[in-house]
Amino acid sequence: MNLWRDIKGTLQPFWITLGYLFKKPVTIQYPEEKRTPPPRYRARIVLTRNPDGTERCVACQLCSAACPVDCISMQAAEDDDGRRYASWFRINFARCIFCGLCAEACPTMAIQTTPDYEICNRDVLKLVQEKEDLLIDGCGKDTEYNYYEHSGIGVANERGGNEDEYGPVDPKALVP
Amino acid sequence: MNDLLISLILILVKLGLIFGVVLSMAAYLVLAERKILGRMQMRYGPNRIGPGGMIQPLCDVIKLITKEDFVPARADKWIFLFAPGLTALTALLSFAVVPFSPPLTLFGREIPMVVCDLNIGLLYLFGLSSLAVYGVVLGGWASNSKYSLLGAMRGLAQMLSYELSLGLALVPVVMTAKSFSLTEIVMAQSTWPNMLQHPLAFIIFMVSITAESKRTPFDMPEAENEIVAGFHTEYSGMRFGLFFVGEYINLIVIGAMTTVFFLGGWNGPFLPPVVWFVGKVLFVAFLFIWARGSMPRPRYDQLLRFGWKVLIPLALLNVVITGAIRLAMNG
Repeated sequence: MNLWRDIKGTLQPFWITLGYLFKKPVTIQYPEEKRTPPPRYRARIVLTRNPDGTERCVACQLCSAACPVDCISMQAAEDDDGRRYASWFRINFARCIFCGLCAEACPTMAIQTTPDYEICNRDVLKLVQEKEDLLIDGCGKDTEYNYYEHSGIGVANERGGNEDEYGPVDPKALVP
Repeated sequence: MNDLLISLILILVKLGLIFGVVLSMAAYLVLAERKILGRMQMRYGPNRIGPGGMIQPLCDVIKLITKEDFVPARADKWIFLFAPGLTALTALLSFAVVPFSPPLTLFGREIPMVVCDLNIGLLYLFGLSSLAVYGVVLGGWASNSKYSLLGAMRGLAQMLSYELSLGLALVPVVMTAKSFSLTEIVMAQSTWPNMLQHPLAFIIFMVSITAESKRTPFDMPEAENEIVAGFHTEYSGMRFGLFFVGEYINLIVIGAMTTVFFLGGWNGPFLPPVVWFVGKVLFVAFLFIWARGSMPRPRYDQLLRFGWKVLIPLALLNVVITGAIRLAMNG
């Protein structure tokens, strides 16, 4: 009967809410309790180093070009042996939207996102970070990868002398 | 002359006491409501300011006072400014007739524990709750906003129609006590509370008073998801705060009314009467908060149909049956 259904429908929610009243809330109390984000979480951006300790960044500007809000800027320079590096490297975290496109664009895996999400600052200029703030002493996500052992122009090895790299093609030869 | 002065001082002391207790209780009811609702939704509710969020009401008041007091363009300015006060005032005035303890004898003087023991206390309460409609209607109308007007219209219709069943539900109570005075109604319940004597009247009363005081699930006048905030959409700062505080004072008034009319007032074993009274009031307040956490809001026409077609006939029937039984028992 409808009346019985209505009375039941009126009283049942009271019982359910009473049950929830004594359950532990699922809220994470932020400053005291901190959530551990997943390892691939996109927060603070860092510049990583090769396994041998040298800088990975070759100042190719790809991250800067990929950045949708133009928060990355750098100046390219060259070593004595022709190895490129960034003479300065700047990320404006006040503009960064943490999309991770820079990390995807990077051919040398130099620029990477980390799960460190506590970046806020009351002084907005402190969010503009320079190379010395960004560079870390580690390899980040891939501890093996070294761009110049696989490719690159005659810096670490002669052209085509790297592991799993072919020698340069002779354009004048008839057969490939 | 001396006697008169003492009486006057006593009344002032009682007034101050009730004013302070009721206002601070209203402030903490807001906090309690937010916390209980939070727990029912598996959240904590406010717990940042002070231990367990105990200073939150104070901070809310400071925030409301320091906000801009905004009057919309082409609003009816004076009515707009006046309406929130009316809501809070009528809610506060209701407490004048609520007895919270049996008369106390101090220095050979009998002091009634009520500001003013009117012999028509019940009618006084009804008069004030009718006046409270004006706060809603004038506030909504003077705002010059469609949402406010809709809210005010709903509030008017809802409160007028539910006042009938509310009054009819209390007729059996008056029949039992043979008096309109709240003190005597409580005295009449010294053996057992009216809730057991008149269960149907109790249920009708609870439903009607929920609608009368615009509490969820019958908060159509301020239905957030349909008409923004109903009659107080355009209010800001402390004027909104007055509506808000009025609502929570009203919650305590409802608690007190339910306690006096149906739960036996201060009557109870072991504990002092005041503790029983306050405990019962808080329990009723919890019931209303609980209902807010549990019930969805019905449609507006459903609410009115339920009031006119179910509650009022039921209440009338209840009055007739109670009258017949009383007549048969006496005759």
